[in-house]
Amino acid sequence: MSPVSKNLETAANPGALRRVAIDPLSRVEGHGKVTILVDDANRIHQVRLHIVEFRGFERFIVGRPYWEVPVMVQRLCGICPVSHHLAASKAMDIVVGAGRLTAAAEKLRRLMHYGQILQSHALHFFHLASPDLLFGFDSDLSRRNIVGVAEAHPETARHGILLRKFGQEVIRITAGKRVHGTGSIPGGVNKAMTIAERDLLLKDIYEIIGWSRDAVALAKKLHHQNPALYNSFGAVRSKILSLVGPDGAMDLYDGVLRIRDENGAIMFDGIEYSQYLEHIEEEVKPWSYMKFPYLRALGADKGWYRVGPLSRVQNCDLIPTPLAEIERREFMDYSGAMPLHAPLAFHWARMIEMLHAAETIKDLLHDPAILSNDLVKRGARASQGVGVIEAPRGTLIHHYGVDENDLVTMCNLIVSTTHNNQVMNEAVREVARRYLDGREISEGLLNHIEVAIRAFDPCLSCATHALGKMPLAVELRSLDGELIDSRTRD
Amino acid sequence: MRCTVKPATLVLAYGNPSRGDDALAPLLLEALARAPIGDEVELLTDFQLQIEHVLDLEGRQRIVFVDAALRGAEPFCFTQITAEPDATLSTHALSPGALLAVFRTHFGFTAPPCHLLAIRGYAFELGDGLSAGAQRNLDAARTALLHWLTPVTNTQVARA
Repeated sequence: MSPVSKNLETAANPGALRRVAIDPLSRVEGHGKVTILVDDANRIHQVRLHIVEFRGFERFIVGRPYWEVPVMVQRLCGICPVSHHLAASKAMDIVVGAGRLTAAAEKLRRLMHYGQILQSHALHFFHLASPDLLFGFDSDLSRRNIVGVAEAHPETARHGILLRKFGQEVIRITAGKRVHGTGSIPGGVNKAMTIAERDLLLKDIYEIIGWSRDAVALAKKLHHQNPALYNSFGAVRSKILSLVGPDGAMDLYDGVLRIRDENGAIMFDGIEYSQYLEHIEEEVKPWSYMKFPYLRALGADKGWYRVGPLSRVQNCDLIPTPLAEIERREFMDYSGAMPLHAPLAFHWARMIEMLHAAETIKDLLHDPAILSNDLVKRGARASQGVGVIEAPRGTLIHHYGVDENDLVTMCNLIVSTTHNNQVMNEAVREVARRYLDGREISEGLLNHIEVAIRAFDPCLSCATHALGKMPLAVELRSLDGELIDSRTRD
Repeated sequence: MRCTVKPATLVLAYGNPSRGDDALAPLLLEALARAPIGDEVELLTDFQLQIEHVLDLEGRQRIVFVDAALRGAEPFCFTQITAEPDATLSTHALSPGALLAVFRTHFGFTAPPCHLLAIRGYAFELGDGLSAGAQRNLDAARTALLHWLTPVTNTQVARA
């Protein structure tokens, strides 16, 4: 650890330090940057992950008719639109008095959601993470991408593309379209699945399960090959939060909130998510657009927590599909009595969830309820609704107020990346302490920072991607703005 | 995942309809859908290009990518493109050239002839509508693309 600074959030004398920026981060969704302040001896004094996310989107929703919202919110993000579609739908279910959906509607929504989990996890592992994991964090930059993986490991890359495609097909069929789907509506869904559509997916599902098992094996093998790295790289002890089903089983679509402490002991359980504001507060810091959520009961300093696959796999009591449950048990045996807090363990957990998603899709496709036309319910109107879902990256909260003219009067969103804000910052600082402190900074070392962030699969949500909008730049500047060195990739 | 026949021409437009002129490509696709382009042209839209889109490119005779452009010629720029493994390979949003590079490694052969129609936009803020300049550019791009699509015959190509 650096002798000059302990927590690395704020340097004592920033004016005397050089600034290194990774701006924007690569292989994460949207725009974010890391700034590092170093002295003349390259000792680290300050490390911050800054993220711009959802600025103005809540205001964009206010004033719109409530029934438009599940479609509009998909435009938040080009990567996880389905998660927003479903979280908003769940909130609006409450508004239209349909707290409990028909069996067909709930199962079709679950199918859509697990399709989203599968395709999102496949994209992250095979396309974004595997180049670092298979070639090394400071390997040849020109090879450290999906084309490099496809050349060296063609079957792995091929499975990644086909898994992703299958998940998109599940979404297309359940949401009605590949993008901007309208399948989920307040109170249910607007389209039953046909037998032909079901059979189209059934034809491929067993191959998908097989490839998902291979992916778990690959993630596990990488972990076992280098436990010294995988168990400690960027590891930060934190509380963990996720939904679990009423029986404690993993449930990514619905459930109650459960929170464990750093040692894995349950602190809070069975919290109805409609009461989230009683338990979660958000702190604002002047140097980041993104808020820092924490548990009210513990305060901002001690109450921050982690969400996402690594939390969910360790927070539930079981996974209710057989192959994924076997993998969960092996994961838990590996971690021992204490939870694994290492960011690289996200990849193993994420692949266990992908296998669970594939098995769940298979089970739902065999359920005759998905062919029913009993799709929508209505009841007594409410003026507010909260919808929570476990999105691929973690717990996603949508909260709306709706007036008597059917217009949205209030919107509050807490997305998974926001939940993980503090823990990602702490992970980056840990990597900086261990790998960068006192060393000449190179692209490979800066990629260590990105590897830690990337493990969380943050969704920085900026789907504007017009030509010329996404340069990748690393700049070394003095604090008064003088450019010392830079590297740009257009 | 195993469809057998695809239209010979693919128009793949990408952009976020809620971010001002980033809606140019999806809007062009909507306009094409209302035009008499025939069964031999398939229209696809998405927020951004991703690895699985290589499966949409396979089995075509020609492909047109449509995007909004922050810089470049007005009203649009129409260029032939080839595989180019650029820096977007490591992001959630691939460039068309990067997608063609993934195609080449995935299938082991070069993608069909591809063009990029880059329509000049000016304002990309969340919640904005299309700017007046972008609307003019969209009209010009629609006319030009419809003209380019006209010679296509009803050929259907079989997919392996």
